[in-house]
Amino acid sequence: MDTMHPGLAFEQPIYDLIVARQELEKLPEIPATVEDEIRRLRREEAEITKRIYGNLTPWQTVQVARHKNRPHTSDYLSLVCEEFVELHGDRRFGDDRALITGFAKIDNAKILIVGHQKGKTYKERSACFFGCAHPEGYRKALAKMKFAAKFGMPVVCLIDTPGAYPGVGAEERGQSQAIAENMYEMSRLRTPIICVVIGEGGSGGALGIGVGDNIAMLQHAYYSVISPEGCAGILWKSHEFAEQAATALRFTSKDLPGLGVVDDVIEEPLGGAHRDQHQMATRLKAYLSKSLRQLREKPLDELLEARYQKFRRMGVFLDNGKA
Amino acid sequence: MASDQAKATKRSKRGVPEGLWQRCPGCKRVIFGKEAEKRLGVCPECGHHFYLSAKDRINQLLDSGTFTEWDAHLRPTDPLEFRDKKAYVDRLQAEQKRTGLSDAAITGSGMIRARRVAIGVTDSAFIMGSMGSVVGERLARLVERATKDDLPVIIVSGSGGGARMHEGMLSLMQMAKVSAALARHDQHGGLFISVQTNPTMGGVAASFAALGDVVFAEPEALIGFAGPRTIEATIRVELPKGFQTSEFQLEHGFVDRIVPRNKLKSEIARVIDYCGK
Ligand SMILES: [Zn+2]
Repeated sequence: MDTMHPGLAFEQPIYDLIVARQELEKLPEIPATVEDEIRRLRREEAEITKRIYGNLTPWQTVQVARHKNRPHTSDYLSLVCEEFVELHGDRRFGDDRALITGFAKIDNAKILIVGHQKGKTYKERSACFFGCAHPEGYRKALAKMKFAAKFGMPVVCLIDTPGAYPGVGAEERGQSQAIAENMYEMSRLRTPIICVVIGEGGSGGALGIGVGDNIAMLQHAYYSVISPEGCAGILWKSHEFAEQAATALRFTSKDLPGLGVVDDVIEEPLGGAHRDQHQMATRLKAYLSKSLRQLREKPLDELLEARYQKFRRMGVFLDNGKA
Repeated sequence: MASDQAKATKRSKRGVPEGLWQRCPGCKRVIFGKEAEKRLGVCPECGHHFYLSAKDRINQLLDSGTFTEWDAHLRPTDPLEFRDKKAYVDRLQAEQKRTGLSDAAITGSGMIRARRVAIGVTDSAFIMGSMGSVVGERLARLVERATKDDLPVIIVSGSGGGARMHEGMLSLMQMAKVSAALARHDQHGGLFISVQTNPTMGGVAASFAALGDVVFAEPEALIGFAGPRTIEATIRVELPKGFQTSEFQLEHGFVDRIVPRNKLKSEIARVIDYCGK
């Protein structure tokens, strides 16, 4: 961890311990008593990290999911895949940089990857609208997914977006229609689909590549019907209530499996994915490899029926008074 | 996905003005309430389309006495124990009392000019016409039953809210659920006519409302994905005139026909006939 860039306020106790330890480690000679102290500080750091990260509030989870060092799709492409061959463009309007698509290999399995891209530098971030896709992004994703299905390649979707882009061009080119069509077609696409929310699962912008056989999320990702800020603005009439909204919306990996919205949660390294990208990538890769093997074994008709029924069951209501 | 609420205010939200004389938000003229009612909730002076309740819509569209409601017994509940300034359970009760509806959609079957259809209508008065679990479930059951019985599906949408925040991700997932049911309907050769009315936004616009074999829109309805206020706050420029109207959607290729209310019934019947359903 880079102590020069302490990220999140609630992590301060962790950073304090790290700074204290690094001060001791700087000594030209380290006597045995100091070595003991260093060991003690390491233990304490691990314990505090565990305590803080074991009890993140929903609002803190949002901060972690948006952390600037959190691995993005581009990181996983190099850390998880043996190869990535990008395929550009929706053949209709353009090439949306907020959603990237291409062939990839994971443990030698040939797949199609679709992933939101947020960018690292300011230039990259603005080129991909901070991970907010336009209709051409969703149309590119669908075109490539259909192509993958034609040749028997499973699809892996990595979801990481604050939401679909709200702008004039996006509306002119049919943001609603693009997202709707993706859900419609993904529900019946004849190839396995695995969706993983790796950071932010922002509403329709996430769901536009979010229909599949396995729906997973990383431990500190969040997946929400609306951003906590947006929800606070509408229901509390002020963005300052984002923290309350975050709690009310129940969008963390602790809530969503119980609501039947998410099948699997992928555990993050101690202190979050941004603390150890390699370990996170290893875990994601293990999950994808295993899921791909399992899904490939199922006959396609069975797979599609199970996919349909999964989404068909979602929702909680009273039917003759019973939930 | 729930889009902001401000946008609907300029376009009539409250429907045909109650009381004898009222000002039309379209032409600003003072009109006689009964006159508008006689014209299916349309201003006699300028053709402005007022809000129409789901029940009135069904009465207007279906042949008299032919409607049978389906899944009326489904009731919303509060899976998240959601509370903003108000508890969701209290909000539900208040909305039910105010609108006389159990939730924001009515579904069922009936005849349109002697053609049997499966019909769903969302009512934009019930929590902004937003889609929670009951709306999603009623629509999914409607579509599945129509597929089984080979009936054309008509869904008239009116929703300023899109997915209902108070039910969290369960609401968002209704978009996928209903879209998947429509994909199966399509697979079985079923016909789906989507009618977009003022307002059709957010998660409703971005799911079933967009998926019609034929998409109709009432004139001058607000139709779009993101709320105008959200867009303005993001891009910080004034929005073009006529942005996100029915006419805008037609111009950009997302609506087949703009159909005034008094023509809706006959236009639906004609599509059913062309498709041989
Ligand atoms: Zn008027």
